[in-house]
Amino acid sequence: MTPSSSAGALALGDDALVLSHRLGEWAGHAPVLEEDVALANIALDLLGQARVLLSLVGDEDELAYLREERAFRNLQLVEQENGDFGHSIARQLYFSTYQQLLYGQLAAGDGVFAPLAAKAVKEVDYHRDHAEQWTLRLGDGTAESHERMQRGLDALWRFTGEMFQPVEGVDGVDWQSLHTSWHTSVSSVLKRATLTVPEGPQTGSWSAGAGRQGLHTEPFGRMLAEMQHLHRSHPGATW
Amino acid sequence: MATVAYGTDRTDEAARQAAFDAAVAADERIEPRDWMPDAYRASLVRQMAQHAHSEIIGMQPEANWITRAPSLRRKAILMAKVQDEAGHGLYLYSAAETLGTSREELLDKLHAGRQRYSSIFNYPTLTWADVGAIGWLVDGAAITNQVPLCRCSYGPYARAMVRICKEESFHQRQGYELLLALSRGTPAQHAMAQDAVDRWWWPSLMMFGPPDEESGHSAQSMAWKIKRHSNDELRRRFIEISGPQADALGLTLPTGEIDWDEFKEVLKGNGPCNEQRIAQRRRAHEEGAWVRDAAVAYAAKHGEGKPS
Amino acid sequence: MTATDWPLWEVFVRSRRGLSHTHAGSLHAPDAEMALRNARDLYTRRSEGVSIWVVPSTAVTASSPDEKDSFFEPAGDKPYRHPTFYEIPEGVQHL
Repeated sequence: MTPSSSAGALALGDDALVLSHRLGEWAGHAPVLEEDVALANIALDLLGQARVLLSLVGDEDELAYLREERAFRNLQLVEQENGDFGHSIARQLYFSTYQQLLYGQLAAGDGVFAPLAAKAVKEVDYHRDHAEQWTLRLGDGTAESHERMQRGLDALWRFTGEMFQPVEGVDGVDWQSLHTSWHTSVSSVLKRATLTVPEGPQTGSWSAGAGRQGLHTEPFGRMLAEMQHLHRSHPGATW
Repeated sequence: MATVAYGTDRTDEAARQAAFDAAVAADERIEPRDWMPDAYRASLVRQMAQHAHSEIIGMQPEANWITRAPSLRRKAILMAKVQDEAGHGLYLYSAAETLGTSREELLDKLHAGRQRYSSIFNYPTLTWADVGAIGWLVDGAAITNQVPLCRCSYGPYARAMVRICKEESFHQRQGYELLLALSRGTPAQHAMAQDAVDRWWWPSLMMFGPPDEESGHSAQSMAWKIKRHSNDELRRRFIEISGPQADALGLTLPTGEIDWDEFKEVLKGNGPCNEQRIAQRRRAHEEGAWVRDAAVAYAAKHGEGKPS
Repeated sequence: MTATDWPLWEVFVRSRRGLSHTHAGSLHAPDAEMALRNARDLYTRRSEGVSIWVVPSTAVTASSPDEKDSFFEPAGDKPYRHPTFYEIPEGVQHL
């Protein structure tokens, strides 16, 4: 790994690690048991991806458990709290559509991430399908579900712009076309779900692309505190 | 599946009872649409429901540690295990539904406190080592109880148990391996492991149920071959196999007697987590209602693939 | 069924190519598309399948145990349908 590729692996690995953690928080809380099983499957796929990516950079556990908040390179989108099921599905739709397109491009290229992306993209196809199926059902279900789903989409919209900032070390990606394809794909799902594509800016005013630079949102610090405390309480221990 | 209304002629009834008894005696399986005594049906529904409820309530004490798992490998294992428990709950509810009792009905009874789940899950998971102790001791006790159920007289229950037992063996081994890593780790980790075993040993022994002379349902269940060994018999077997396993771990098992008063108190609802467990389950169900409703409304609008 | 009840589906899984689909169990889902996905997540977590069928449980018509005798017993006294019924001189091969 060149230092630059390591930076890329860290960014992609942190996305998967953090989203997997958030999905893991659903265990035992899902709206129906079948969904407990489905969300855990997605979380496990992402955790598997994270472990491969972080291991390209160094020791997976040192990276996951001993870095400070400012050293994480994940998107702010994936660290957002679960909220209600609609909120989580909005996060899934935005991120899995992005990940599917990004990994599709990486798999088609000959870069360092091509083999890994080729395997992961099959998993991600399913994640996106899961998000689409639920977006359709919540959007075009009841008045309440429509409203909740729209609220989730609106609330997370300002975290989506960051996804299309070029990522250091992730080469061979046409970020502009990625953004266009993402917008087309998400809009098509939302239209079929009778939902509205949010209109506001896709980034906050001071923090554009900030997750990739290690600037995160407040809930992320609490998430890490919980995730890391046991590992950090026993320095040097093996588990 | 629609059930056919049978004639209730008295001689028919006697002939059916005889055929049922003969099938059970010959170790044949009873299948969903076969005639069966009402009490057998009720007993099965009660046991399968309690078993299914135990799986899904049992997700909670372990899910409590998913977000704090101390390595990514352990985190993946734990997530997969908790997911399996949801899956096992689903297999068992599905087996119960073959007798015409809907999952919704069983969940309502669980949420209303009218059906039980295994009392073991009313104990809290205080440290990471508890995840290991649950895998080794609680799943170990469960497997000892469950393996004979693979030959239970009711076909759908027996088939669900075959699948579950196959998957459970990973659960017990991961718990044992987790404890071994702690026992051989730092002094603080070793102490954590010993403390967890000290706390989980007695509740695990209680999982086999009250002593034979006090067990209300046992005799009839054994006659029907829903159950194949007595509580005390299974408990003894579990104690025998656990001793050498503890030695290999470098941990000691507590000595003394089971506190049956504690057992009765936890069963009555006075365990450390009874209310918390049911409250979380109820909350997940209630907060999920709008999601389930939305999916039904969508299916009604779009029609495709909707069973009439 | 209350508004929130999802219908029951029977799940059949083909464990590998060349074998038939066999009954794996049942599950709840609001519609066929979700039933397939739930079946994938629930019944093939350990690579148990390469193909899945889901069928609404209400669409299954089953023979009644009461008709067991008339349905299945008549086949019992026709041993000539089985190859073991026939005596072949020793040494005759490929038969």
